[in-house]
Amino acid sequence: MARALIQVPASARRGEMIAVRTLIGHPMETGYRPDANGVLLPQDIIRRFSCHYNGELVFSAELSPAIAANPYLAFHVQAGTSGPLVFTWEGDRGFTHTETTNLSVVG
Amino acid sequence: MHALLRGWTLPLATMLLVCASQGGRAETRRSGQLDMSPSLQAMQRDDAQNPGMLWVKEGETLWSQRAGAAALSCASCHGEAGTSMRGVAARYPRLDAGTGLPIDLGQRIAQCRQQRQQAPALAPESQPRLALESYLAFQSRGLSLSPDTDPRLEPFAARGMAAYRRRIGQLNLSCMQCHDDQAGARLAGSVIPQAHVTGYPTYRLEWQGMGSLQRRLRGCMIAVRAEAPAPDALPLVELQLYLARRSAGLPMESPAVRP
Repeated sequence: MARALIQVPASARRGEMIAVRTLIGHPMETGYRPDANGVLLPQDIIRRFSCHYNGELVFSAELSPAIAANPYLAFHVQAGTSGPLVFTWEGDRGFTHTETTNLSVVG
Repeated sequence: MHALLRGWTLPLATMLLVCASQGGRAETRRSGQLDMSPSLQAMQRDDAQNPGMLWVKEGETLWSQRAGAAALSCASCHGEAGTSMRGVAARYPRLDAGTGLPIDLGQRIAQCRQQRQQAPALAPESQPRLALESYLAFQSRGLSLSPDTDPRLEPFAARGMAAYRRRIGQLNLSCMQCHDDQAGARLAGSVIPQAHVTGYPTYRLEWQGMGSLQRRLRGCMIAVRAEAPAPDALPLVELQLYLARRSAGLPMESPAVRP
């Protein structure tokens, strides 16, 4: 059950720097914590996040076990032409989640 | 001159408004939100950063999902939650007409699920129950907490108050000794809040997730090395009822963020 929240302005002027904010629900299990029976919980984290704008990689991040659950990532992108922003999270146990939002550029 | 006037009139108007709303009685109760660091307060205020919104969004999905033998969704009976559920969470715990006992919002959701939707029960602290509870509490955000004032609830609220004042556990502490007598002081570097129940379900950084008021209460009881009642047990609901009355009138802030 992956849930993600994305906040991007609905429209932007050409050349404007826009703030992109993402939040995804993920336990980010470190692999160092024992469960109630004392057995180590296997590591389960998001490894990589990437954002493609009009097919071009504009932002990516490598995540590590020290990052808290439900990671929040915020960054800036320069608006070029109208097009989709595709967000991808990839992690352990074959975890992938993709979200797409459209950015319309005016002027 | 105009700018100068404007600079003066706004604070003055605010002061008058504050005086009028309090009716001469100063409000000494404060939400634990005000004792948090500015960055945590910002995290709660901003819906894009507040991780509790993930549960709210999940609850929104569940609200219109059909379940159980009756193949009903919450929305089939209650309709649009934004209108039908506005202010509902602020009135819990309420008297359950069937059993004559007080129940909290999570128990009502579980009951609705079992009896109306005829679906498997939602366990206490299970993710779907927390998601629905968060979604409903979100519909009352900003409204004043106004718990049920049914006179038949009086004995339960009285027992809740007695529980709040009773010393428990190996540390022999009552809720009151910290949250009334020592509120505002520090315990191991953290400010002791006045324990107002305005923000539940709450996203706690310590839990790395959403949790109900019952989880918070049980956690506190275990911390003073007392035996905590089972989830959904009557003593917990009685305590919730007393706490809700104690916080009545304060604005709801769920999904709140707490350290």
